[in-house]
Amino acid sequence: MTKVSAQNTALHDWHVAHGARMVDFAGWEMPLNYGSQLAEHEAVRRAAGLFDVSHMRPLDVSGPDARVLLRYALANDVAKLDAAPGKALYSTMLQGDGGIVDDLIVYHRGGGRYRIVLNAGGAEADTAHLQALADAHGWRVTLQKRPDLGILAVQGPTARALAATVLGIPALADLGVFHALEQGDFFVGRTGYTGEDGVEIVAANGLLTDLADRLLAAGVRPAGLAARDSLRLEAGLDLYGQDMTTAVSPYASNLGWTVDLRAADRDFLGRAALEAESAAGDGARLVGLALREGIPRHGYVVENAAEQPCGVVTSGIFSPSLQCGIALARVDAVLAPGALAAVLVRGVRRPALVIKPPFWRNGAATFSFSEEHEI
Amino acid sequence: MSKIPETLRYSDTHEWVEDLGGGRYRVGITDHAQELLGDLVFVEAPEAGKAIRAGAVCGVLESVKAAADLYAPLDGTVVERNDGLGDNPQWLNEDPYGQGWIMVVEADASAGDGLMDAAAYAKIAEV
Repeated sequence: MTKVSAQNTALHDWHVAHGARMVDFAGWEMPLNYGSQLAEHEAVRRAAGLFDVSHMRPLDVSGPDARVLLRYALANDVAKLDAAPGKALYSTMLQGDGGIVDDLIVYHRGGGRYRIVLNAGGAEADTAHLQALADAHGWRVTLQKRPDLGILAVQGPTARALAATVLGIPALADLGVFHALEQGDFFVGRTGYTGEDGVEIVAANGLLTDLADRLLAAGVRPAGLAARDSLRLEAGLDLYGQDMTTAVSPYASNLGWTVDLRAADRDFLGRAALEAESAAGDGARLVGLALREGIPRHGYVVENAAEQPCGVVTSGIFSPSLQCGIALARVDAVLAPGALAAVLVRGVRRPALVIKPPFWRNGAATFSFSEEHEI
Repeated sequence: MSKIPETLRYSDTHEWVEDLGGGRYRVGITDHAQELLGDLVFVEAPEAGKAIRAGAVCGVLESVKAAADLYAPLDGTVVERNDGLGDNPQWLNEDPYGQGWIMVVEADASAGDGLMDAAAYAKIAEV
């Protein structure tokens, strides 16, 4: 099954040795699971799981105009990172018409130096896009790809404490959410994609196998892309390429909060289109759906209460934590949280409760099915 | 490598068939199939009395991430269904050739003629 074209992370052989089922994901051969997605999902909800996310690519941005470039290229405003080096920001990166090129986390490392972490599928194109913007404006920036680095995510209620011990960095106990610190060989951000507390550790490829071994010895369980997907969907987090693409704006992707319009003089790429869309106020929206019966899947049709088609499921799974079907769906109608819609599941109309994502937060469901939602 | 018992016969849609004698056949999905699907969370199999046709969809298998059709591996009539799978779909993952059996089908003696032996199925499962 080996594809010549797929790239390997530094942990490839480690995954295989630990029983991983490997799959091609965005050009990388990655672990799908190590036997059971459900067991891995539960380990992250209850204790701690280890994800190799080295397919996501660090890009270091520096130079006198680094801040200027990022304030232009990103919908969120990196000026928010000025005050405290070490702070991180989630943002979308847009094209001129407001469509989403990628989503990313940007860290301010102090002294006008930034580190961006890009999705596997878009990293090369994103880098070229940023370079083209810098060239077009004559901005003096240096974009440095970091193939020498990999990333391990340690996620779950006990993850941060275990990582602090294994890394020998007690300061992780006091690290704020969406903050990073750098100590010795490790760049550690309190970020993640599971809806749990945890950290993402950026380190040289050569250090990762030993680090993974020590995390396992401390009780962290290896977890694959399958669990990562069910965890992120329960947490209401979009997946690029599935819940958002260049065809949709942040407003249509439940990511309006990543659009910072406050600095009136910040003319970022896509701003005019977003302001026009916002003024019109009637575009598509991404909502959550929860089904008592039936499992929604990508591409299934969504109907409103009047049984008219009003949208489509972008991501759907059986939620391991909630024990029911959940979905993100792009709808053209206004479906308010608490309203009743439906999903066509293989020809059967299944009632669906409209939820404002997330579905799961701080160890509990964010909603419940009431009697009126009985079939 | 997934397990492929020598004593069973196989369809190219990844079902196994066990000849119970007397024109009765037990049916399930292979170890390879459950590996591909991942953790099963919902199984919809035909009820006793239902006629099934080889190669036609007769049910649904749903994992956390995906829904897959269940195909009938032979022509016949369902005489028994493993109702325990309703509450324990994980049996399909944990014991696909044992506790995770799906149904028993009554069929002609020739019904399984188109099925593969373990060696032939192993070639498909390797791909």
